[in-house]
Amino acid sequence: MRLVLSWRDFLAAKGSSILAATAEHLLLSLGAVLLGTIIAVPLGILLARHQRVAAVVLGISSTIQTIPSLAFFGFVLPFLGIGVVPAMTVLFLYSILPILRNTYTGIREVNPAYLEAGIGMGMNQRQLLTWIQFPLAFPVIMSGIRVSTVYIISWATLSALIGAGGLGDPILAGIHTYDAKLILAGALPAAMLALLASWLLGAIERMVTPRGL
Amino acid sequence: MNRVLALSWQHLSLSVMGVALAAAGGIPLGIFLTRYRWLAKPIMAFIEVLQTIPSLAMLALLMMLFGLGDTTLVVSLFLYSLLPIVRNTYTGLLGVDTSLLEAGKGMGMTRRQLICRVQVPIALPVILAGLRVALVTAIGIATIGVLIGAGGLGTLIWRGIQTRNNSMVLMGAVPAALLAIVTDGVLALLEQALIPRGLKKKTVNAL
Repeated sequence: MRLVLSWRDFLAAKGSSILAATAEHLLLSLGAVLLGTIIAVPLGILLARHQRVAAVVLGISSTIQTIPSLAFFGFVLPFLGIGVVPAMTVLFLYSILPILRNTYTGIREVNPAYLEAGIGMGMNQRQLLTWIQFPLAFPVIMSGIRVSTVYIISWATLSALIGAGGLGDPILAGIHTYDAKLILAGALPAAMLALLASWLLGAIERMVTPRGL
Repeated sequence: MNRVLALSWQHLSLSVMGVALAAAGGIPLGIFLTRYRWLAKPIMAFIEVLQTIPSLAMLALLMMLFGLGDTTLVVSLFLYSLLPIVRNTYTGLLGVDTSLLEAGKGMGMTRRQLICRVQVPIALPVILAGLRVALVTAIGIATIGVLIGAGGLGTLIWRGIQTRNNSMVLMGAVPAALLAIVTDGVLALLEQALIPRGLKKKTVNAL
């Protein structure tokens, strides 16, 4: 059919570019999740105090979440063009919801008895937050970050479509040329990255969960 | 305009097909797992791993087995839809108040009757919530089906991206987004309507 390279030749020829794509992929995903965390955690804490606003904000962000991935990239294309910036923007917006929702529910679900106890000890709002609410909600927040990270790693494969690089590049090239090796060289690291991130963050989540919970 | 409508219809059909297949397999599997709970953990973990695989990677990998076209897309939608459906069926059935089951047994119901007349109807809103998540996800993934030669609204978006034709991108993206949002809304309403009155206070967490 066509000249078939052995895996060894393939890796010699493409190995470094696959590594570079993996690094790009990781950077893109981590950047988006980090940005999402920085915005969504404080926002979630704020929303926990203003329930009426919370309903609206969570509604809007879950609508954003509903928009199909490729459609979302399509929406930003006319405004932001192609490349890393629009890809990051989309990934960032998409990372917000799970983190926001989990922060919100995490903070709200802290047993009121603990808050009463804190108030009884003369804690002010700020102290209640940093010493009681946030630590207790932390495992829930972490699990939001975890869900978000897995999604983002998945979506980042699509950002290759708008020229942002990452592991989507070899996958797409492989699909176009019907080259199984190229597909695997993109798909396997992408899947591994997602699994690894999920496992790692899951381990952290378990570690930070207080023994009693 | 006709073309947009036709592609939207195709998009919805493909998504529904994948989810319907997953429901046909996943709901019985979920019921089965409530009887053999020791199996539930490993099976659920396996399906969860499938879920973690990025969609483009999954499509590309399946393409090597099923070739280009709609079949590959439907198979991957099936795989992605399994998790929410199996998990919600399982947790929904297990969440049924045991006193209700006792009552059923006391009335001389068989196991089969207990499942069909007591457990499944009560768990229906939760099962439906799983279907809802599955369908919305499927509509999203179906947009990238175009990359492996499947039809649907992704066709317009992708062609528009390639030719730098913004209006073509939007002609695909807007209906795709609407399809997902409307489907989600309709199923949310249905889910609400199906919750037995006595259970209304509890919120069902879908994700």
